[in-house]
This record gives sequence, structure tokens and C-alpha cells, in this order.
Amino acid sequence: MKSTFLSRSELIGFAILALIIFIALPMALDSFRLNLFGKYLTYAFVAVGLVLCWGAGGILSLGQGVFFGLGGYCMAMFLKLEASTPENTSIQSTPGIPDFMDWNQLTELPIWWQPFHSLAFSLFAVVAVPVFFAFIIGVAMFKRRVGGVYFAIITQAFAAILTILIIGQQGYTGGVNGITDLRTLLGWDIRTDEAKEVLYFVNGALLFVVLFIAQFVRKSKLGRLLIAMRDQEDRVRFSGYDVAGFKIFIFCLGAAFAGIGGAMFTLQVGFMSPTLVGIVPSIEMVIFCAVGGRLSILGAVYGALLVNWAKTSFSESFPELWLLGLGGLFIAVVMLFPNGLAGIWSQHIEPRLKALFAPRGAPKSASQSTPAE
Amino acid sequence: MNVPNERFILKVEGLTVSFDGFKAVDDLSFYVEPNECRVIIGPNGAGKTTVLDLICGRTRATSGSVTFKDKELLTMREDQIVHAGVGRKFQTPSVYEDLTVFENLELSYPKGHGVFGALAFRRDDKVRDRIQEIAETIFLEDLLEEKAAFLSHGQKQWLEIGMLLIQDPELLMLDEPVAGMSVAERKKTAELLKRIIEDRSVIVIEHDMGFVADIATRVTVLHQGKTLSEGSMERVQSDPKVIEVYLGH
Repeated sequence: MKSTFLSRSELIGFAILALIIFIALPMALDSFRLNLFGKYLTYAFVAVGLVLCWGAGGILSLGQGVFFGLGGYCMAMFLKLEASTPENTSIQSTPGIPDFMDWNQLTELPIWWQPFHSLAFSLFAVVAVPVFFAFIIGVAMFKRRVGGVYFAIITQAFAAILTILIIGQQGYTGGVNGITDLRTLLGWDIRTDEAKEVLYFVNGALLFVVLFIAQFVRKSKLGRLLIAMRDQEDRVRFSGYDVAGFKIFIFCLGAAFAGIGGAMFTLQVGFMSPTLVGIVPSIEMVIFCAVGGRLSILGAVYGALLVNWAKTSFSESFPELWLLGLGGLFIAVVMLFPNGLAGIWSQHIEPRLKALFAPRGAPKSASQSTPAE
Repeated sequence: MNVPNERFILKVEGLTVSFDGFKAVDDLSFYVEPNECRVIIGPNGAGKTTVLDLICGRTRATSGSVTFKDKELLTMREDQIVHAGVGRKFQTPSVYEDLTVFENLELSYPKGHGVFGALAFRRDDKVRDRIQEIAETIFLEDLLEEKAAFLSHGQKQWLEIGMLLIQDPELLMLDEPVAGMSVAERKKTAELLKRIIEDRSVIVIEHDMGFVADIATRVTVLHQGKTLSEGSMERVQSDPKVIEVYLGH
């Protein structure tokens, strides 16, 4: 039936992605490159959230970097506290606090840093802090029926505000350098090649958890309501739904995904800084989603992988041309392939494959998923 | 005015809305009885659609009162008004084009309206049977798996009527339900509407006088936001004021 959790072609799609992430990439890449791909995959968490918010729900957020950053900072605060033992920091004027606090003449750990001594609290905060902020923004915007381009601009402003706040409050946040020199997780050194490999697989597994949650939401009535809201918000409202509540929920879910991605970024890359929070990374995240296909959660993962891989490859050889290339790519996708890679797959490749493998009896083309935009 | 509550399902009293000083609806009062089919007619700009917008909460009134079964609607949110039992069809067909006919009807099924209710919502046989039943009423039983974008204009209108029927509202408000339809579709729609207005109160905005005469219990003629005339179709048609501003040309 149509309402099952995974259709056959979706099951194949998930299986192929699992093969790529868990077998093909680890076998083909050395541990440095694998770690890079692990970093790219952390952006996929954000892109999947954007598929739900933007692709399905029509809520374009240009501030997902905020939630990615909040999740990443929560993780980084825990790791930084663990790295700042009194023995490691004995040369500081106040041993036992993070080095950047000491440099900024702080003599004791601020109260709001204290709970981050606990791993359990920090992991909770990785999800809860982004969700809390998304909830506040969501209530403030959606209850007042702010939407569309106004919402996008306001989220962008939040990205700018958070960056400025982090840079300005250097003593509490590490400022423009971010939180660096992270070493161990409960005594386990996260800087070794083996640890990075383990973290890559943890990251991949978490990504699949997020993908399954996203798939569940899309297949539920809530997923269909999001599409309905995107097309006819008033009709949904006058069918007895409180539209704002649904928008707040999906925005919070996207924020939770982004927070998990941010935390995995911190673990794999070993630092968190305001350059990952601001306007530019937030827009890049939207581009990952657009290139992959904003209607497809799997497409979003490929988009994040491909664009980041291209970014690394191109910016190694032509650093000054990369941004122009990225902009060109975005324009090309929007103009020629509004549904991104996933759209190319479902409209051009999949029907041909089906025709190839089903020689007799015309297969019903189930791939007319072109949205009327 | 002291009107006993139990006689009327909807009481509109002194309803006024002003847009930057322009009174689109001006001190309007009317009363709808249970099982009545009230047709609102009037020239363009008379405020017909605005009246429906005010009742269903889409536009906020400047003053006045709208009570539905003793509940004041003017202070309620749109979705709360729907749950109180008021359904509204828009002038242009508002259906979800990217979803199938089945899904369109399913989203209007009165269950799972909260965030977590919608996540937990399952298509059981009761839901399927009800959707099948409604689809047969609105002549779309063979198109359940079709995307709404591929329906004709008339079929979209029927689908939206079906989406309202599945909610089973006590008061149904229809804004020009036969506008833009072919003659054949129009006939079928008239037949459909006659069937669905039997056991509920309905407010209809319509220009087609033949159609109005066919369905109306009573007619209210609006002009410049005020009631010009009210009564049976014959009475309204012979009212010299109505002939002058509306029916005459």
C-alpha cells in the first residue's frame, strides 16, 4: 500500500546510501579523507532538516548555522572542560578553567558553563539548546504569521547576531578563534586516526537515525499537512488546524537535526568557531539542500557530500574562484534543475532504469513528483 | 433586539468592519435558523465575501457580534471556529494540488488535528470508508489516487466541497460554488448541493438567479455593506429597491 514506511525504490535508495557511507567510502579513502567526508556528512544533518522545513513545509530558514553552531558549541564546551584539567592548565594564572578564559582575565568558570562538566547534560543540551531557540523564534514568527522571505531574512539576522555575540564575548566563548584544542571524550583521545574512524561510523549511524525520523515524519499525516500548508495555507487553517503549531514543530525538528550535526562536527574536526555559525555557512547549507534536491531527504545527503567535496577539491587549486563557482552552481540548479540531483534521478534516470529492467508491460511511471511551484 | 437563542443557530448582530475608514460591512445583522439555506446576493463590492471572512475569522471585525450556538466567534481563532462546527469554502477552489484526492480528503477528516495527533494518525478502515463515501457523493470515487492538480476546475470545486463535508459542519458557508463551471457541471453541482444542505444550515453566495431560486430558503440582499432587503426569493425579487441596484440590469 501507499502508506507504508518505505516503498521499494526508497528502500533501495536507503540501501545504496548505506553502502556508500559504511562500506565504499571507508574502503576507498585514507583516514584523512575519510575524516573530511565525515565532516561533510555533519552538514547533511542540517540539509535533511531543511528538506523538511523548506522542501516540504515551504519555510526557508537562512539561519540553520545558528542551530548547527549551538549544538557544536554545547559539545565543544564539554570537551574543553575535560581538556582543561588543573594539571593541563597549571601554567595559567587560574588553573582548571579553559585557556581562553584565563587569557581574558576570568578567574572562575561562569555559572552557565558548570553543567557542561557532565556528558549526559551536554548531550542533552546538544539537542535541547537548538530546539529551545528554534521554539522561541518559531513562536515569535509563526504565531504572528511571519513567513516567506521575511522569515528568511529574520533567520539570517539571527545568524549574524549569534556570530557577533560569540565574537564579542571572547572571555566566555573563545571569541573569533572559537573553542579549540579539544582532546579527549571521557578519557578517550579523539585526535587519533582510530578514534576518527570510530567517530565517522557513529556519525553515519546517527545520520541514518535522523533519516529514518525524517522519513517517518514525511510519511505521516504531518508530512502531508506540511505540503498542504506550503500550497494552501488558508485551506489548512480553515480545515481546523493551528498552522503555527505545525510550523514550530518542524522548525524545531530541523534545529534538533542541525544541533546533532554540529556536535558531530566538533567531535570529528576538533574545534568549533563562529565561522561555522554565521550567514555564509547558513546559506551554504541551503545550497547543499538545493543541489541535492529540496524534496528528497536522501538527495540532501548527496548534495552535502558533493558540494563539500567540490569545495575542498576546487578551493585547493583555485581558492579565489570557489565562491563564484558555488554561486554559479546554485543559479544553475535553481534555473535548470529545481529539484536538484534527486529530481534528475527521479525524472531522467530512474524511468530509464525501470524501462531497462522491466522489458515487458509498460511500467506505470510513479515518478511524476514535479511540484507545481 | 431580544431574540431567543434556541431559534437561531447563527446570530450576526451589528457586524462592522472598516478598512482605513471604508466600511466594507456596516452594522449588519441577520439570523440563520437550523437547516436553513440562506443565500446572500448583491452587486460586486457589496461585502458578501467579507461577511463570510468575518464569520470564519479570516478577517477581524471592528465591532459587532457573531454568535454560533451561543459561542462568540469573533474572539476565536480560525481553527477553533472550525472545531465549533463552521466550514468554509473559498471562491477560488482551494485544494492541495501536490496531494492526491484521497490525501486531500484525509487531511480534512476530523481526527489528528494536533501536532502529535498528526504524527500518530493511522489510516484505518473507518477513515477509508468515510473517504470512499464522500468521494462517491462528490463524483470523484474513480479519481482517488489522482493528484488534485490534474482535476478540472469543476472537479476541484467538488473536491473542496467534499473536504468540507467530511468535517460534517453544522454551518456550511459556500462562496460562489458554481462559478466558472460548465452547464453540465453546474447541474451536477446543484444536485450535489441540494443533497448536502438537507441536514445542516448553509450560507451561500451566488450570482446565478436560477440556482438561487432553486436552493434558497431565504435571501439576503447586500448593498454597500448593509442589508438592502431580506425574505423569500419572490419577495426580494419584487422589492423595488433590489430591482434598482441589482436585479434591474
